[in-house]
Amino acid sequence: MDLAAITIIQVINLIASLALLSIGLAVIFGMMRVINLAHGEFLMLGAYAVLVPTQAGVPLWISMFIIAPLFVGIVGVIIERLIIRHLYGRMMDTLLATWGLSLLIVGAMTMIFGNTMEGISTPFGSFTIGSLADSQYKFFTIGITAVVLLVAYIVLKFTRFGLIARATMQNSDQASVLGVSPPAVYTLTFGIGAALAGLAGAILAPISGVLPTMGAAYIAKAFITVIGGGEAILTGTAAASVFFGAINQTTTFFTSSVVGEVALLVAAIILLRLLPQGITGRFFRRGL
Amino acid sequence: MRGLSLNTAGLLAAAIISVLALVVIPQVAPFYILLQITLYFSFAILALSLAFIWGFGGVFSFGQAAFFGLGGYTYAILSINMGSSTVPLIVAIVLPTVFALLLGYLMFYGRLSSVYLAVITLVVTLIFHKFLGHTAGFEYRIGNAHLGGYNGIPAIPPINVPGDVTKFAFPEDMFYIAGVALVIVYFGLRWLLSSHFGRTLIGIRENEERAELLGYDVRLYKMIAFGIAGAIAALGGVMFTNWNSFIDPHVFDLGMSAQIIIWVVVGGLSTLIGPIIGAFALGILALELGTQQTIDVNLILGAILIIVVLFVPEGFVPTIKRMCIWLAESRGWLRSRLDSSDLEEKQGRDG
Repeated sequence: MDLAAITIIQVINLIASLALLSIGLAVIFGMMRVINLAHGEFLMLGAYAVLVPTQAGVPLWISMFIIAPLFVGIVGVIIERLIIRHLYGRMMDTLLATWGLSLLIVGAMTMIFGNTMEGISTPFGSFTIGSLADSQYKFFTIGITAVVLLVAYIVLKFTRFGLIARATMQNSDQASVLGVSPPAVYTLTFGIGAALAGLAGAILAPISGVLPTMGAAYIAKAFITVIGGGEAILTGTAAASVFFGAINQTTTFFTSSVVGEVALLVAAIILLRLLPQGITGRFFRRGL
Repeated sequence: MRGLSLNTAGLLAAAIISVLALVVIPQVAPFYILLQITLYFSFAILALSLAFIWGFGGVFSFGQAAFFGLGGYTYAILSINMGSSTVPLIVAIVLPTVFALLLGYLMFYGRLSSVYLAVITLVVTLIFHKFLGHTAGFEYRIGNAHLGGYNGIPAIPPINVPGDVTKFAFPEDMFYIAGVALVIVYFGLRWLLSSHFGRTLIGIRENEERAELLGYDVRLYKMIAFGIAGAIAALGGVMFTNWNSFIDPHVFDLGMSAQIIIWVVVGGLSTLIGPIIGAFALGILALELGTQQTIDVNLILGAILIIVVLFVPEGFVPTIKRMCIWLAESRGWLRSRLDSSDLEEKQGRDG
């Protein structure tokens, strides 16, 4: 019974982490059709943006919720202006350029920080159910993910910016006739996606450890979550996270964590064979 | 269509250069350079596999590293178990080919778009990386071969003369074996691309819908092309494993996949010679950069990739070729300098 409770918490936690680390990518890919292969490096920058201020004495929460998203968001805006802007509509070239960007950021961070793993101590303590203990940070991750998804939904659905952003993505010519500046909307959207990635990296940092090459571990997972989700960015990401997270954690429970990850990736390939449009191509079509 | 039509002058030049390279280099170059070139030969084969499937088949694959590594691992495991290299050599190419065909079936018959294809091939490569990285335990052994996790498989027997295990290839001999393999792949691809199959494949790349309406089964053509590319990559992997007599999961990592793409993009997509030059040039560059500590190799490779995509999107070989033609045209030497392929292309465009 205790084991069951702990396992359920772990499954939900894994689902939440998947959704959290994919949401930034979902915004950039889902809205702008930009394949951002530097997404893993955005997460990594977010993690460093927590590590460095925290080591300098800034309170953890300030660096996690303000510095990390802000820093990575600004980096995202700069990258959009310098590189992505010139490549809209050339999907393959964007993919290659962001891939180069990913290598460049890893290289630069390795030169600055060295190829060593650094850690941030996990806040909160642990909780116990019966004889079993686990970290309370899991509840924190789950809660934050729920809040982030909810806020993203509200912003996209009910605010003026959300409306303008969705309109620009659907028909940028029409939007521009109506007085919207599409380049500005693209820049802002890319920046928001990057900021969300930064926040995700910041929240995952205490669990995963911080390393210049840490992004590589997440990029495949984030991509298959977003692509498995399909057209509707928020619903899709949430549905795919539930699906992949459950498969991953269940397999891990019965075998080992490596088999769990392999099962996740295999499940993704099969899913895309059966539903080439992703989950929301068939189900929850009216989602956002 | 540049570089496609069997232009005799270019073919002759390529043949002469490759024979010269294989004969002259071993006479003049010191041993360590010979070793290094042998490595670049195997990389160039790998580059050709991506050049073929991406440049001519129009299918962007992140997964050539997977077939490369799979070929290497298969060769390693079988040759350790069997001693002789003949059967392992064949299986190490057949197995990745079958795997590529199977993966191609899943992807092309599922009609996935090119971007999803890229991600799936990437994911497959990462599965191999992850799985083989965690095979350090004693239970992961196939016959006498220990998979060894991130420590890799050491002491892989070299290629030997079929039927005679005592006559095996020394590192000097590997130079010739890998070199001849590269030449065969290069000319084989030129032949393939000028055949009916190759022309159809290029037709599909140019306009998939049109090819389909003309009655070609696009899915089948793409699947077969993907299988061929897998076979070529596997051959490169076997050469690499022989060169190293060692293999570890790094052949499957993101850096490896990145390198292949950079070779092809920098050298020039939709040429065959460009990616070979790219593999050599960037191999040498990576070696030089590896000797110093101040600048990280990834930083340079990433910067090169971004700059090429933004400013030289066709890659260097086609761009330089075009610049030469432009220069010749402006100086009025064009008639004498124009080779037959360009003439054909010009006529094709005018007509």
